[in-house]
Parts: sequence; C-alpha cells; structure tokens
Amino acid sequence: MTSVEIEQLRVYLYVIGAGVVTVIFYYYIIYLYRSEKKGEKDYEKYGKLALDDELDSEILEKNPKLENDKKE
Amino acid sequence: MQSNATLEYDYSIVKLYMWTAVIFGIVGMTIGVLIASQLAFPSLNYLLGEYGTFSRLRPLHTNVVIYGFTVSGIFATFYYVGQRVLKVSLAESKFLQALTKLQFGLYLIAATGLVISLGMGITASKEYAQMEWPLDALIVVIWVIWGIVMFGLIGLRREKTLYISMWYYIATFLGVAMLYLFNNAEVPTIFFSGGLGAWYHSVSMYAGTNDALVQWWWGHNAVAFVFTVPIIAMIYYYLPKESGQAVYSYKLSLLSFWGLMFIYLWAGSHHLLWSTVPDWMQTMGSVFSVVLILPSWGSAINMLLTMKGEWNQLTENPLIKFMVLASTFYMLSTLEGPIQAVKSVNAIAHFTDWIPGHVHDGVLGWVAFMIMSGIMHMSPRVFKREIYSKSLLESQFWIQTIGVVLYFTSMWIAGITQGMMWRAVDEYGNLVYSFIDTVSVLHPYYTIRAVGGLLYLTGVFMFAFNVFKTATAGRRLEQEPRYRSPMA
Repeated sequence: MTSVEIEQLRVYLYVIGAGVVTVIFYYYIIYLYRSEKKGEKDYEKYGKLALDDELDSEILEKNPKLENDKKE
Repeated sequence: MQSNATLEYDYSIVKLYMWTAVIFGIVGMTIGVLIASQLAFPSLNYLLGEYGTFSRLRPLHTNVVIYGFTVSGIFATFYYVGQRVLKVSLAESKFLQALTKLQFGLYLIAATGLVISLGMGITASKEYAQMEWPLDALIVVIWVIWGIVMFGLIGLRREKTLYISMWYYIATFLGVAMLYLFNNAEVPTIFFSGGLGAWYHSVSMYAGTNDALVQWWWGHNAVAFVFTVPIIAMIYYYLPKESGQAVYSYKLSLLSFWGLMFIYLWAGSHHLLWSTVPDWMQTMGSVFSVVLILPSWGSAINMLLTMKGEWNQLTENPLIKFMVLASTFYMLSTLEGPIQAVKSVNAIAHFTDWIPGHVHDGVLGWVAFMIMSGIMHMSPRVFKREIYSKSLLESQFWIQTIGVVLYFTSMWIAGITQGMMWRAVDEYGNLVYSFIDTVSVLHPYYTIRAVGGLLYLTGVFMFAFNVFKTATAGRRLEQEPRYRSPMA
C-alpha cells in the first residue's frame, strides 16, 4: 500500500466511523424519548438526585448490590 | 458499614483542596497579571533577573492556573459532589479515605516540583505539558489514585443511578488519562545516551507534524477535559442545588454529554489550520468545531432554563449571578471558538491576541466563576458557618465581570488589528507594516488587558478573604442549609 492509499483509507474509515456514530447517537435520542413515552423510564426524576442529597434523604433507586449490607 | 443516622459526609479532603485552589488561584493569576503587564511595559521583564522574564513566567502562569487552581477545584468539588450524589461518605471506607490523603500529599509534592522546575527553566517544551518526565510519572500516580477513589465510591454507593455530574467527572478522569499518556510519551535521555545530559531531561517520542498533532490533540482536549467537562459537572450540581430547582431537562443533559464526548475529541486539529497537517484533518477540525456548538449550548441552555420561573434569585443571590454568568460565558466562548476555527477566519485570527482573548473569556468567565461559586457554595456546608459577607461577594462579581469584559474586548480589537496589519500589502505585494508597527499600535490594548486582569485578580483576593473569614469568623450554623447558601 502506498502512503497515498493509506491516507485515502484513513479518510474513508473516518467518514464511515463518523457516520456510524452519528446514527447511534440519533438512535439514542429516539430511544430516550420512546422509552419515556412508553412509560418504561422516567429520566426527569433523576434531576432530584442533586437536590435530595443528604445521607438520610430518601433513596431514589437503591443500589441492588448494596441493598443487603446497607439496611439500617 | 455504619448506620446512616450516625454517619456524616467527610469533608476533610474537600477543605484541603479548597485551600489549594484558593492559594494557586492567587499565585497563578498574580503571575498572569504580571506577564500581561510585561507585554504592555517590557521593562517589567527585568524585575527578577532570569526568573522574572515573560518566557519563564508564562508557562508557570498556565500550569499553575490549570494544574493548581483548576485541578484543585476539580478534586475539591468531586470529593464533595461525588459523596453527596452517590449518598456515600468517604468515612465509610478507611482505605479510600487514606488514599485521598495520600493523593493530596503527592499532589502537593508535584505542585511544588512544577513551580520549582518551571521557575528554573526546566521544561519539556510542550504546550500545557511542560513538566518533565519524573513529574509526569508522579501525575499518573495521582490520577490513578483519583480513579481508585472515584470507582471505589461508585462501588459503595447507595443510589443506583449516577447523577449526570458523575458522568462528567468520570469522563474527566478517563479523557485526561488517555490523552495524558499519549501526549507525554517521552524518552528520558539519560537512559539511552550513555549517561549524557541531566537526569530529568526527556525527548518526545513524536517528531515534526506528528508531534504537533499529538500535542494539539492533547492541548485542545485539555481544554475539553479540564476546562469544560468537569466544570459542566460542577454546574449541573451547584446551580440546581443552590437554586433549589431540578435541572430543566435531564434527557437534554444526557444527550449533551454524549454529543460533547463524541465531537470534542475530533476538534483539536483546528489549532493546526494552514499548517503541514493533512488538509482533510484540518477540515475535520473545522467542521467538528462548528458542530461542537450544539452539545455545548445544550448544556448551557439547560442551565439557563433551570432558572425558569426563578429569575428573581438572580438579583437576590450573588452565587446564582456567578453561575448564570458562567453559563453565559460558556455560551459566548463556545460560539467564539468555532468562529475562530472556520478556516477563513482562522487565516486572520491565528497567532493573534484574539486567541488568548478567547481562552480568557472561557477560563475567567466560565471556569474560574464556576470554581469560585462552587467553593463559596460548599463553604457554609464544610465549615458549618455562614458566608462571611454577601456585599463582598456582590462587589467581587461586578469587579471581576468588568475585568473579564475589559480583557476579552481589548484582545478582540488587538487580535483583529494585528491580523489585518500582518497581512496588509501594498500595490506591489510588499508588506505594509513591520512587526514593531503592530506592537506600537497594540500598546493601549495590552494596557487595558493588564487592567482587566488586575481587576479580576482583585476579585480573587476578595474571594480568598471571604472564604478565609467564612472559615474562621462566619456565624456558626446549627443546621446544614438545604438549598440557598446563607450569607451575612
């Protein structure tokens, strides 16, 4: 492979890579809104994590790994 | 594992990094004002012999404000925000607690080494990566310890979901780790030269255009992962918490995060427009820089909308003022950067004073405003005292805002004047101006910049005084404030 061919290959790989990631990104947007519309998720409730952040604040979703050893 | 009822968040490490942020802020910005004044009044270069020249002090300024002030701010806010949003105290793990102290000790050693070595003129000669290899290795250890503590806390968390600020802190850790290792790949010369040269000297593993590319991949992404990503982590926590308003759109915060992660890494080559790097790479740098407006503005607009219906707080609470203006400066800066990255604009802007102007409306208006307001927000919580003076904070805000405006407006005018004068040709194609002609014309703007910097530095001293007095003489608080920080 000549250096010019390698250079061209880099450009093609870059363009294809950028395209693939763009598609994944747009799919992510659709996924976020669709899952909320279907009632599977409620992303907005996580905004509360910054507000209710005391050690004794109510836990929004318990970490399942620690549920047993962190019970009061 | 202790019961929540007897447990408290452990702020001892937070306090230590808060103080280093304050001290490095003063040191770094004092040097900044001095070197800005040297550009306006060159005789100031000769105050301290070789140690006081612009060339010796400029890397000291950039390194102290980046790795001293900003990184201290990142560590202080992470150890505060991380514990709170994960609902886990560092006191729950003696191991992690000890690691934070070890990290702080090593950080102090590295910071001292940085100041001494750069002061002596020992440098690897790479922009924003001037530290020589022994210090580079020490930084890696410090960073790895941070990672262990970060993921250790995540492993112990009570909340299953990581708040968006944590995503940004994790990205800071991973992004800097990757970029730092690549950019600082260097060969200590003494091991391969038969004992020639100083033991601390090294040579980059890259050369020529490759070196420039790696350098600006790092240089630009240092802006991304030190000046942007962790600062967004801060604003996503401190603004909602201080205002008592949940972030306007959590979904938008997630989209902006992934958008920023994907796009930022490709924009670095805009520093090398019109140079010897491949043309497609320059175009890629330009295109991605323009696209970068979207995720940047996504976060900034999300923050402004968080204040929806609560704009009265802007007049009542100086900390909200700082954070809202920080968000606005972030928008300004992330619009200005892409404009400069357009090839035709860059043909004029490159190498001119418009570039430091751009950098400083970002770092002074966005980064430092957020770090200072974060520290101020934390002060009543970690010292259990009321903020010492609201009026001092208000005055600081206006003095520093005027300082930033003077800084970037003078540099806009200086930069564009400079760019136009460098390119001016007469009817025969000869250059109209010599370099010294531009220097003479720019003198008033350099003076205005130095005055702007001095105003900002005055604000930093006011801030330091306010933090110190809060810690030592503020009215004691019985209860931790829930949202708005109490101030006298």
